[in-house]
Amino acid sequence: MAKYLLLKHYRGAPAPVNDVPMDRWTPEEISAHVQYMNDFAARLEGTGEFVDGLALAPEGAWVRYDGEGRPPVTDGPFAETKDLIAGWMVIDVDSYERAVELAGELSAAPGAGGRPIHEWLEVRPFLSAPPTITD
Amino acid sequence: MDESLLRSLTPSVIGVLVRRGADFPAAEDAVQEALVEAVLRKDDGEDGEEPVRDPRGWLTTVAWRKFLDAARADTARRRRQDLVHEEPAPGPVPSVDDTLQLYFLCAHPSLTPSSAVALTLRAVGGLTTRQIARAYLVPEATMAQRISRAKRTVSGVGFDRPGDVSTVLRVLYLVFNEGYSGDVDLSAEAIRLTRQLAAAIDHPEVAGLLALMLLHHARRAARTAPDGALVPLAEQDRARWDTALISEGVMVLQAALARDRLGEYQAQAAIAALHADAPSAGETDWVQIVEWYDELVRLTDSPVARLNRAVAVGEADGPRAGLKALAELDGSLPRYTAVAAYLQERDGDRVTAARLYAEAARSATDLAERDYLTRRAARLNALG
Repeated sequence: MAKYLLLKHYRGAPAPVNDVPMDRWTPEEISAHVQYMNDFAARLEGTGEFVDGLALAPEGAWVRYDGEGRPPVTDGPFAETKDLIAGWMVIDVDSYERAVELAGELSAAPGAGGRPIHEWLEVRPFLSAPPTITD
Repeated sequence: MDESLLRSLTPSVIGVLVRRGADFPAAEDAVQEALVEAVLRKDDGEDGEEPVRDPRGWLTTVAWRKFLDAARADTARRRRQDLVHEEPAPGPVPSVDDTLQLYFLCAHPSLTPSSAVALTLRAVGGLTTRQIARAYLVPEATMAQRISRAKRTVSGVGFDRPGDVSTVLRVLYLVFNEGYSGDVDLSAEAIRLTRQLAAAIDHPEVAGLLALMLLHHARRAARTAPDGALVPLAEQDRARWDTALISEGVMVLQAALARDRLGEYQAQAAIAALHADAPSAGETDWVQIVEWYDELVRLTDSPVARLNRAVAVGEADGPRAGLKALAELDGSLPRYTAVAAYLQERDGDRVTAARLYAEAARSATDLAERDYLTRRAARLNALG
């Protein structure tokens, strides 16, 4: 019973096996891809393992405090970043192995030609509250 | 109506329904709906309904009505309408056996740990799906599915087949270790359920687990600083330990140990009792604690027990002896590095200790522990 974050990347992750940019897919292929991920989330809700998930726009900015009385500094859109998160899903599963298994399934979402894209997903455990037993 | 009283009535009312012919999933649903109705009842206001004199009778009646409604509505199972005519005369029924069987059913080995925990909290504990979902920080829909899958998994399992006590205890211990979040204190809930189990079954390990929970729970207030930071045992303000819980835990443990059927929970409780017994950290009887860890290792052969034993050896015979005991263990064990850091620090090797603390912080799985280890490393680095 631990929560994991599955991260999809626009860029920054190693290239997927079926590496065709999404704007070269057919509309049907895009629909199939989105449908796959919705079905995946619905299935995890059914197994009692789904917590949350959302997609992120590729546009964004860095924001920084710039001192008393001054507006925050912004810089963007992500000009210097090499890593860009596309979306995330939080799952609550019995083991790390199960988290990896599910990430593997999510990575099999269909892409160009209807074939799995084999994209790399980042799997990160959440830091939890301390267990009761500490000594 | 008193919510905690209603919760404690849950397993026996489910038992009554099952004995009247409902299958377990349907009975559990019906009682759950009755509980919700009880919570919504306005029986304490001026324009409220009549207060309920017999909560158990009320809950049984309402749950049975809910069950019949569901059975009637379910045209595919129209047969069940016959049950209306077979309703037995109401009257007092022994609840002890039913409660026990529910414990075993909810901890059935075919369930994953998280499903077993969720089902136990609902069917035995009487918590609502919403409360359980909040406690585990998952959406209510997800928790509802987790519970209904768990019920489907055990629906074919005979209600009167005896189960395995150790599985039940493991589930209760999982609940306990989940601790506190939101409006349900899971540790207190686990203690309540374990008390109930201890009243229903005469087993030294049930008592051992209850004692262990009480002794740990007694130290809870002292375990975290007001800002949420972890306070290690040696630095805890012992005046904040709950002495009533400690003496109850010690009493329960002594009665269990007298039965001479030692098990892992009794051994762990004995260690907790020795900590609770020390007026100050310096006066802890580490020699005896090492002996109990030897028992624990013998009983469980658990790597975690061996790791904790190394800490105890470090206190009883000095950090060098602790490091020697640690060297025999697998370095990939959770908290291995943190223990190594602590023993190196005690041995006076600040540089190594600081490096190990930082390394342990990176692999910590909870926030308070990570912060604690990072602070230890920072403090040693600042000393230079």
